[in-house]
Amino acid sequence: MLSFIIRRLLLIIPMALLVITLTWVLVRIAPGNFYTGEKKLPAAIEENIKKKYGLDKPWYQQYGIMLWNTVRGDFGNSLKYERETVNELIWRSFPYSAIIGLLAYILALAIGLTAGIIASLKQNSGFDYGSMSLAMLGLSVPNFVLGPILVLIFSLWLYWLPPARWSLSGIILPVITLSAIYAAYIARLTRAGMLEVLRSDYIRTARAKGLDEKTVLLRHAVRGGLIPVVSFTGPALAGLLAGTVVVEKVFAIPGLGNIFIQAVLNRDEPLILGIVAFLSILIMVFNLLVDISYGFLDPRIRYE
Amino acid sequence: MIETNGTILSVNDLKTYFQTEDGVVKAVDGITFELKKGETLGIVGESGSGKSVTNLSVMRLIPEPPGKIVGGDIIFNGIDVRKLSIDDVRKIRGKRIAMIFQDPMTSLNPFLKISTQLMEVTRLHLGHTKEQAREHAIKMLKTVGIPDAENRIDNYPHEFSGGMRQRVMIAMALSCDPELLIADEPTTALDVTIQAQILELIKDLKERMGTSVILITHDLGVVAGMTEKIIVMYAGKVFEQAPTKELFATPANPYTKGLLKSVPDPAHEQGKELYQIPGLPPDVAHLPPGCPFAERCERAEAICRSQYPPFVQINENHSSLCHFAKEVYAESVAEREKL
Repeated sequence: MLSFIIRRLLLIIPMALLVITLTWVLVRIAPGNFYTGEKKLPAAIEENIKKKYGLDKPWYQQYGIMLWNTVRGDFGNSLKYERETVNELIWRSFPYSAIIGLLAYILALAIGLTAGIIASLKQNSGFDYGSMSLAMLGLSVPNFVLGPILVLIFSLWLYWLPPARWSLSGIILPVITLSAIYAAYIARLTRAGMLEVLRSDYIRTARAKGLDEKTVLLRHAVRGGLIPVVSFTGPALAGLLAGTVVVEKVFAIPGLGNIFIQAVLNRDEPLILGIVAFLSILIMVFNLLVDISYGFLDPRIRYE
Repeated sequence: MIETNGTILSVNDLKTYFQTEDGVVKAVDGITFELKKGETLGIVGESGSGKSVTNLSVMRLIPEPPGKIVGGDIIFNGIDVRKLSIDDVRKIRGKRIAMIFQDPMTSLNPFLKISTQLMEVTRLHLGHTKEQAREHAIKMLKTVGIPDAENRIDNYPHEFSGGMRQRVMIAMALSCDPELLIADEPTTALDVTIQAQILELIKDLKERMGTSVILITHDLGVVAGMTEKIIVMYAGKVFEQAPTKELFATPANPYTKGLLKSVPDPAHEQGKELYQIPGLPPDVAHLPPGCPFAERCERAEAICRSQYPPFVQINENHSSLCHFAKEVYAESVAEREKL
């Protein structure tokens, strides 16, 4: 088990470097630069800028420097926000994204698991059809539509909640917007997983032993039924913590998603690379956590 | 209480139907049988003949919907099982009637240790403490012949072989010393040598504990040495019912004769092609008006296709569902005398 974890952690390093390389290539082959504006810069100024940022060196040297900086975890200062380092920017914005993401995750799990389990127990009932239709709707409505609709209803018509502000009441709408699609997906996965398990032979055995339905469900059915949910929620949590561009933009949250989109628009190369490195490691760590949790959930899985 | 007269289970005109998109499937349609204390009854039939549904009905384990017991009586030790509340049924399940299922690979919960699965039965029904339940579980595992039971008890099902898993199932089923054990194709998923061991184990435990047994199988070879009485089922109905010896010696139903002929007999028929009953079992959602076996029957006549056959009493213990039951019986007797 321990050697499995160590091996997987070590594997994260080359994977992250590969992701960084691809990102760097993409940024470089896109036309333009962070200093290209509507007006052409005088040749002398352009020369100076290139020299300052090492852009006059051959590409393989630039690539080498970039890789070395990545390995050290030092991406230098942002090109746009020159007074701040990339790391400072990431650590300043990440908590906002993480709080919204974690709350959305908890909400999605609470709604999704409850709805999914009840729907599976009362298959083909009104609740089943109702909740699964709602889930289908939740999956189909993109969050850039749902967000503004919620703002329209709860802020502009009902005056219940602020459309954007970093406060307890202000984060309600973004959390709901963000969790909707995950809640819908978890509900459907839970229902499908539970239905499959509830039909299985060992549930019939449990009932034949005279156990009551509560014990059958909690002791015998839930573990097997939730495995597909776990494999989804691990990477989903990573994605939620990382912040989402659309929701943060709609509700003006100063999170990671927001500075990421700014960085891309500004062609802020160090910031782009820093965020990509951070996110890729985050996602890989969460995937590892999911794989480890399988081992606890399913005794048939062992790691060597 | 109804007078039992040494009868542990009496099923009378049981009807279990399933509501499907294709119409009503009469999985079990008017089954009647009786089981005396300490007796072993064999229920034989092809897949889909209603053997398992009959026994799941006895345990009230039919998934509802789509299934429903629509008629008949199930009297277990004087108790009318159909009239019990679900809580009272649960007090019978696993304690007084226990069940072993076909596939030991899927019938044990793969996520729970054997100990958990064994102990929860006696803790529930016998009020055992954790320690008592564990001790009892180890004792049961030893009884069914699991070596090193003290250590194996904390293993998971996937750490056992198929035969061992079926032994664990049997230990689980017998741990509350039930009055009736229903074994639903207990050896179908096992290889032949293990089959014999498991059957021997059931037989041995039945004799030691005085349990009555219903043995469901599609394999006539399995019931031959195990049972006192056999019911042959087809399309949800009892086609023939007789003491085991009599059924094998002088069957009174063409379907039973077909089944017996399909058992390989290498001593006498070496090199010959194995007999098989032509055709497939009928779709029980759309049964013809006549005998459900008529289409596949060698001796079917016009009356078989138009009129539902009578349940003919050959003698006190032997009856057969066939227009020509007496004739078939006479033929069997004649064939017997020739040998």
